Amino acid sequence: MFDVAIIGGGVIGCAAAWALSRYEGRFCLLEAHEDVANETSKANSAIVHAGFDAEAGTEMARLNVLGNAMFDMLHEDLEVPFIRNGSLVLAFDDEDMAHVKELYERGIKNGVPGLEIWDKARVLEKEPNISENIVGALWAPTGGITCPYELTIALGETAAMNGTEFIFNFRADKIEKDADGFTISAGDRKVRAKYIINAAGLYADEVSALAGGETFGIYPRKGEYIILDRSEGNTVSSTIFQTPSKMGKGILVTPTVDGNLLLGPTAEDGEIKDDFATTAKGLAEVRTQSTRSVPGIRFNKAIKTFAGNRAQTPVHDFHIKVSDKVPGLVHAAGICSPGLTSAPAIGEELVGLLSGIGFELKPRADYKGKRKAIRRFREMNPEERAEAIARDPRYGRIICRCETVSEAEIVEAMHRPIPARSLDAVKRRTRAGMGRCQSGFCSPYVMKLLCREHGMKMEEVTKFGGQSFIVYGKTAEPRQEDAK
Amino acid sequence: MSNIKEAEVLVIGGGPAGLAAAVSAARSGAKVVILERENKAGGILKQCIHNGFGLKYFNEELTGPEYAERFIDMLEGLPIELYTDTMVLSVNRDRMVTAVSQQLGFVTWHAKAIVLAMGCRERTRGALQIAGDRPAGVFTAGCAQRLVNLEGYMPGREVVILGSGDIGLIMARRFTWEGAKVKLVLEIMPYSSGLNRNIVQCLHDNDIPLLFSHTVVKIHGKDRVEGITYAEVDERRNPIPGTEVYVPCDTLLLSVGLIPENELTEGLNIPMDRVTNGAVVDQNRQTDAEGVFACGNVLHVHDLVDNVSEESMIAGRSAARYALGQSGRGEPIPVKCGEHVRYTVPQKVDPAAQEPGEDLRVYFRTDNVYQNVTVELRSGDTLLARRRRMVVAPGEMENISCKYADIGKISGEISVHIITGGAK
Repeated sequence: MFDVAIIGGGVIGCAAAWALSRYEGRFCLLEAHEDVANETSKANSAIVHAGFDAEAGTEMARLNVLGNAMFDMLHEDLEVPFIRNGSLVLAFDDEDMAHVKELYERGIKNGVPGLEIWDKARVLEKEPNISENIVGALWAPTGGITCPYELTIALGETAAMNGTEFIFNFRADKIEKDADGFTISAGDRKVRAKYIINAAGLYADEVSALAGGETFGIYPRKGEYIILDRSEGNTVSSTIFQTPSKMGKGILVTPTVDGNLLLGPTAEDGEIKDDFATTAKGLAEVRTQSTRSVPGIRFNKAIKTFAGNRAQTPVHDFHIKVSDKVPGLVHAAGICSPGLTSAPAIGEELVGLLSGIGFELKPRADYKGKRKAIRRFREMNPEERAEAIARDPRYGRIICRCETVSEAEIVEAMHRPIPARSLDAVKRRTRAGMGRCQSGFCSPYVMKLLCREHGMKMEEVTKFGGQSFIVYGKTAEPRQEDAK
Repeated sequence: MSNIKEAEVLVIGGGPAGLAAAVSAARSGAKVVILERENKAGGILKQCIHNGFGLKYFNEELTGPEYAERFIDMLEGLPIELYTDTMVLSVNRDRMVTAVSQQLGFVTWHAKAIVLAMGCRERTRGALQIAGDRPAGVFTAGCAQRLVNLEGYMPGREVVILGSGDIGLIMARRFTWEGAKVKLVLEIMPYSSGLNRNIVQCLHDNDIPLLFSHTVVKIHGKDRVEGITYAEVDERRNPIPGTEVYVPCDTLLLSVGLIPENELTEGLNIPMDRVTNGAVVDQNRQTDAEGVFACGNVLHVHDLVDNVSEESMIAGRSAARYALGQSGRGEPIPVKCGEHVRYTVPQKVDPAAQEPGEDLRVYFRTDNVYQNVTVELRSGDTLLARRRRMVVAPGEMENISCKYADIGKISGEISVHIITGGAK
């Protein structure tokens, strides 16, 4: 019997696990996919928002500012990539400028430090590639960029290091309650826990319903993105916003922590929660709108396009609360933007809520609060490289040419506290496959390493779990259908 | 920085270009080092198990591995050190090359001459920004070829191929022969970019339909590809609304272009040709950087490995001459593209540096399919050479030569012209 079961292995679930793991108790995280960060948490803008956008007085505003301030600690203690590169919200006319001033006022109310209104000259001095059509901008120096899936993995690994059990391919289909707690089932598999944290993202309503809880009216709002080669990463240095609309923060142009240029997202409301397809129309909108901010974008340097779905609710705020209907159930529902920024603060908030309904918080004596990331060969200097190879020759075998990723890192990813078992899981942890050739060169090698390290057969290797197999079988073998 | 190794000619890449360059450099008197990232030399030829290689160079019809083996055999007895499993990380204008391997660790070479022979990579789905889901089952043709021919696994059973480039055509046949169903080949242009013999032997002979002026507009599939939607395109290659057709399949193969792998070359800061995506070179294949030469697919994407070998022999010899202090540099004359010529290699010619007794061969590609054309190589108003061709096409690299005896006629800007009898 676990004390707490967290349902959902996105950034919120992993943040809850991280915050909880400081305390004594038996904790587990149940994730429907084969790895953490498989939905919204891997497909977003990767922005650590300054906090001027959320309505004053909302949970979003409060937790955004709190979360933003925690990123230096996460960078230091958990080695989460983070650069406080600053945000600019561009104004193209007087109406925009009025919006910008509103955001400035709101930011001050929300407690956002360092906000300034800049004129056109000042903006262009900092960012020469921005459009000449601007009239001014809001400058928010505390805005930053991170890597959302590395953040999720770092939070999750720290929890795992401190005893949290991660159970994958577990899609809850039944929740029963008795005097002692909950029984959560996924087919024949059952997990018992006294408390449940519902961090199931797009499916928080479904999970709540299984337990007999309240609904939040979650629907997907799709955002499409284009990512450009690292050659374009210096086009801008800060994150460039346009003035937000009802639908969202508008299309950004931003560098990423790995040196790519990221464009997007659009905002298209939909009905199908697992429809992550990009569309010709959406991608065209990304191109048109990003060009408004930065006219010279070289779209022939695109290396990938993708889309993610925000968990949107009609009431525009986070729904982080103890369930009104089901004792022992705590929700973190409707966590759309600024959910990523707020995640570490939400994690702590959820622990506070659990404590409020009777879960006793006793600090763990042997808590390991510092987590080391996989050392990247690409980031080492010549001396460090020579030393790494001397210590472990697998650092000398480069598997991913485009991102200079060695065998040592890839194999380590397969044996971390939350091990990588698919091509995409390896990719998220090492960047192998994220370069110009998009795994054309390295994927057969990574597949063979997965077979060697995890005892898989080539036919069993998947892109991201489920039925996403890469190959069907050996060429020399007759197919089942032919062998009649 | 401790322990810098010295090399006379350092060749980056042990595929057909690097091997030929190394052999030629060694035969010209230089000591050669080849750095190859895979565990065997031969480059892409290792996985090209079909035949058709060497018709020009050896007057024989060889498979890719056989062709590679011929050059690997030539290394015997020559002062050539071949390091495999070695990845070059950087090159600069001082001709310092850093590399890593398990055996050598992190090493730096200082070379008297460098030959860039890194080959090319394939254009990807992401670069084309094809919309839709992102399931498993989308492969570039070369990656699929590696899985089938080197690893021995079938990447798919019901296949649609986008792009009638040679690799796509070869894989259409390969998949068919391994029992898969290749349903369709789609080509965005109104003509194929592949060799005509491949269209015949791979598609026609296997009854695989080929649709020109069509492209894939959407990929469908939750975990694995379930189908694709294709559409017709207009003259500007934009999809025409209303022409969409859905085809169920489990695999989409992309054969949509090769891009010279010049990431290392960026460290040299040299002028690049925006059409070839390779370096600008003279007829000895020397780039703008002193003592740095380029050949093979990293310079411009070839259709025939025979031409790669020929070009690389020139580059290797020139690199050796440079390393041994036997060459000078004069004033190069630019080579301009005349009517219907998309690019030429070389992009400049130094008449004083022409190898004695050797004709000057200029490679080029046309921008469309034309029949009954005359190709002219001129210098100013002087005609240097003329040939007639029954057909020229973008997918078949052409060349025209100025005889060594006529090199003296070169004075003004050189140009290549295709004079048409009528476009196809």
